[in-house]
Amino acid sequence: MKYIKFITTLVLTLVVFYALNTKLGAIPPIGKFLDPVKGIWQNDTDETITGTVAIKNLSAPVTIHYDAQLIPHLFAQNDNDLYKAQGYITAKHRLWQMEFQTHAAAGRLSEIIGEKAINYDRRERRRGMMYGAEMALEKMKDDPESLKFLEAYRDGVNDYISALTDKTIPVEYKLLDYKPEPWTIKKTALLLMYMTKMLAGGDEDLENTNALRLFGKERFDLLYPDFFDINDPIIPKETDWSFIDVEQTKIPQSELPLDSISKTIEKPNPDNGSNNWAVSGAKSATGNPILANDPHLGLNLPSIWFVMQLNSPTQNTMGATLPGALGVISGFNNHIAWGETNATRDVLDWYKIEFKDKSRAQYNYDGHWKNTSVRLEKIKVRGAKTIIDSVIYTHHGPVTYDHNFLSDNEKSGYAMKWTGHIGGNNQRPFLDLNKARNYDDYVNALKEYTAPAQNFVFASTEGDIALWIQGKFPNKWKGQGKFLMDGSNPNHDWQSYIPQEFNAHVKNPQRGFVSSANQHPVDESYPFYVYNDGYETYRNRVINDFFRTKEKITVDDFKDLHNNNYNLKAAELLPHIFKTMELSSFTSEELVIYNQIKSWDFNNDIDKVGPSIWSTWWNKLYNITWDEFDVEDVALDTPFAYQTIYLLKNNSEDAFMDIVDTSEIETAKDLFLITFKDTAKELNEWKLENGDYNWQAYKATYVGHLLQALPAFSRFDLPIGGDRNIVNATSKNHGPSWRMIVEMSTPPKALGIYPGGQSGNPGSKYYDNFINDWAAGQYHELNFMQSATESYNIMSTQTLTPSN
Amino acid sequence: MKNNIINFIVTILVALFLSQFLPWWSIMVAGFASALFFSLKKSAVFFVPFLAIFLFWSVFAFIVSSANDFTLAKKIAVLLPLGGNPYILILVTGIVGGLAAGIAALLGKQCSVMVRK
Repeated sequence: MKYIKFITTLVLTLVVFYALNTKLGAIPPIGKFLDPVKGIWQNDTDETITGTVAIKNLSAPVTIHYDAQLIPHLFAQNDNDLYKAQGYITAKHRLWQMEFQTHAAAGRLSEIIGEKAINYDRRERRRGMMYGAEMALEKMKDDPESLKFLEAYRDGVNDYISALTDKTIPVEYKLLDYKPEPWTIKKTALLLMYMTKMLAGGDEDLENTNALRLFGKERFDLLYPDFFDINDPIIPKETDWSFIDVEQTKIPQSELPLDSISKTIEKPNPDNGSNNWAVSGAKSATGNPILANDPHLGLNLPSIWFVMQLNSPTQNTMGATLPGALGVISGFNNHIAWGETNATRDVLDWYKIEFKDKSRAQYNYDGHWKNTSVRLEKIKVRGAKTIIDSVIYTHHGPVTYDHNFLSDNEKSGYAMKWTGHIGGNNQRPFLDLNKARNYDDYVNALKEYTAPAQNFVFASTEGDIALWIQGKFPNKWKGQGKFLMDGSNPNHDWQSYIPQEFNAHVKNPQRGFVSSANQHPVDESYPFYVYNDGYETYRNRVINDFFRTKEKITVDDFKDLHNNNYNLKAAELLPHIFKTMELSSFTSEELVIYNQIKSWDFNNDIDKVGPSIWSTWWNKLYNITWDEFDVEDVALDTPFAYQTIYLLKNNSEDAFMDIVDTSEIETAKDLFLITFKDTAKELNEWKLENGDYNWQAYKATYVGHLLQALPAFSRFDLPIGGDRNIVNATSKNHGPSWRMIVEMSTPPKALGIYPGGQSGNPGSKYYDNFINDWAAGQYHELNFMQSATESYNIMSTQTLTPSN
Repeated sequence: MKNNIINFIVTILVALFLSQFLPWWSIMVAGFASALFFSLKKSAVFFVPFLAIFLFWSVFAFIVSSANDFTLAKKIAVLLPLGGNPYILILVTGIVGGLAAGIAALLGKQCSVMVRK
């Protein structure tokens, strides 16, 4: 009997131990997790920001003042110590995020979350993310100073990691039950690749090829013009390009492959974009230039940005940093301010590859067989066997699509050519910008910058404003890279790059302001081939009209413009609909909603119902207009919103207006009515379930934790207006991820805010404490300290001291 | 009764001590060890160490978290999901710890029976 009891209790004990010590599905190891001594309870605290910490190989003490917003102000005696301290402090507040984002960039999420991430990881490997990071790292290593700073940052991060214990690791590690690994300089390169993918990783080439094949050239050109009929480009139209003495590549005599492609890899969010602008001293009410930036990205917690001040004898700079990268990315110093928007240029093309045989060891190029190489992508999978994906590489780049991935032909594939793969030291330009003192320094800092191509806005205390569209851009022949190209034809290769000095730019224009909002960079007079591969068409016009119609500009005007909710897209279509739509068949319920939208002032404010009606209606109208694009097993991208509205207004009886599934022939007018009735029905149903469909409730903006918006660590239903294509570009989970305004007084005065908080710890009150002010359109003054001895607004001070 | 109190106190003290060096399962060791040396009877074998560790873990969790206004506890109580109530999370924490210690104590008791014959 006692043996039975013994065995029973032994088994019971082991079972309980196993159950409480093991991650079971999504459930964390509950005993370990809830242990108050070492588990999550220990994360229910703010980070320590006082006292001294010994850091290996620091040459002198680094003082870190924290202000009331938990913004660290780093004062170091030299740059090496500064970047080491930046690594340490960033890791202290954002370690889990730094590691997670770089794992995501590298296609290593399966290591953390298991089999469900395999497809994601394979896609990132086949996109050549790891390859691109390795190429970039080679270039970075060519510059001994960059390398030294990258290593200093790495050591700082690792100093923090090595001091962590089971008790002090961030809560996400406890939740997913794994441990941080050491930081490497490759991870910084991977983070920059992550940004490159996010901002310059999109294209429509394969979808365009399908559309060209299905609809023919004439119809294609109607749907996807290189330029829209309206264009308010970044570089003003009156710019004189006569200084450019290099010609556009000549169009070769050749055929494009018209393959049918059924599925393409997931693209970055097309709304990834931004606003930036600067006004000259002459146009500024105070006489000082003023500059603003607001990058529109996915709204995540922890935020993609971390605000810091970095001070050493060579620099005093402040602004938004990217956890994992060195220096300040969007910010200012005592002399200049700068910010970025995405250049959106087409720098990613596809080539059809014909292999000699199934071994895929050779492919046809210029009538010869050229050797391929193979990159073995080892994907470690948590709780399962490692997967090896063999990716074939050509001189173009990785053969992303082949019979192993989204394609079925064993003897052909599609290879990617991408500026993200050509390598570049894209860390260095930011370090130089951080120290720049004038326009010339700014131009020199940008010269070597390759990707992701950005519109760099600039203002200085000397009174200059400027904007360079900087990146490495292929000098394409007209039409090159709009469609799948022939990988065997040398004429289809990128022939050369646009010389850097001929990148479009503007300095101190007559109009007194520079601006960019991801619109077309130039008009047709720019001598190089630039076509509309997804340029924004609305925000830029609202912004430029704002500056054109206002004589003198103040910081308050900048705030108003950031928070401008004017929906130009709706304003360009709705009056036309109101004029042409038949109302006779309306029910009383439909009439109520019709009158609501008719009285709308086109502002996407939170308390209005107009924006809710418009957004539902527009989506339905857009989808039904392009029902022709709903073709099974053919990847297609529907035309851009601007051209859709243009056609609805000007080609209202075009065959595209017809709904394919019905026997009648519909025109635009019919589509308005059908989709309106549908909208009314949907909104009334929504109302029954959720109450009033005011824009705040209907849009339901949220900032989601990086782990698929884990509700516990996310913020929902935020009271903020705007939408995509609006200057306040806040849609459901995307929008202004950092709003900055800098007046170039001496020293500069700056405002900044982002939808998050400085701490990455969900247990800290600084985790999401900026969100309410951000949603309300408020800003925080950035405490730009001029010396380490200032005490204004300092909450506490920590000192990093040399440990040896 | 005296034995119950001794076991209760010893369990807490051993758990507190071991928790400084060992992972979370130090409470199982504590439950096991005190059952081995301070043998109890019937349901007390389970419930005394259960209550001891329940008290240890829930009070510890309360002290740590209340100092931070239960900021994280409220979120974890959404995650698990416990309706966002940090007190329920504290209760669950206590129960989980108590259960583990109590079960280990059952084993400890059986071991002591084996040894003493």
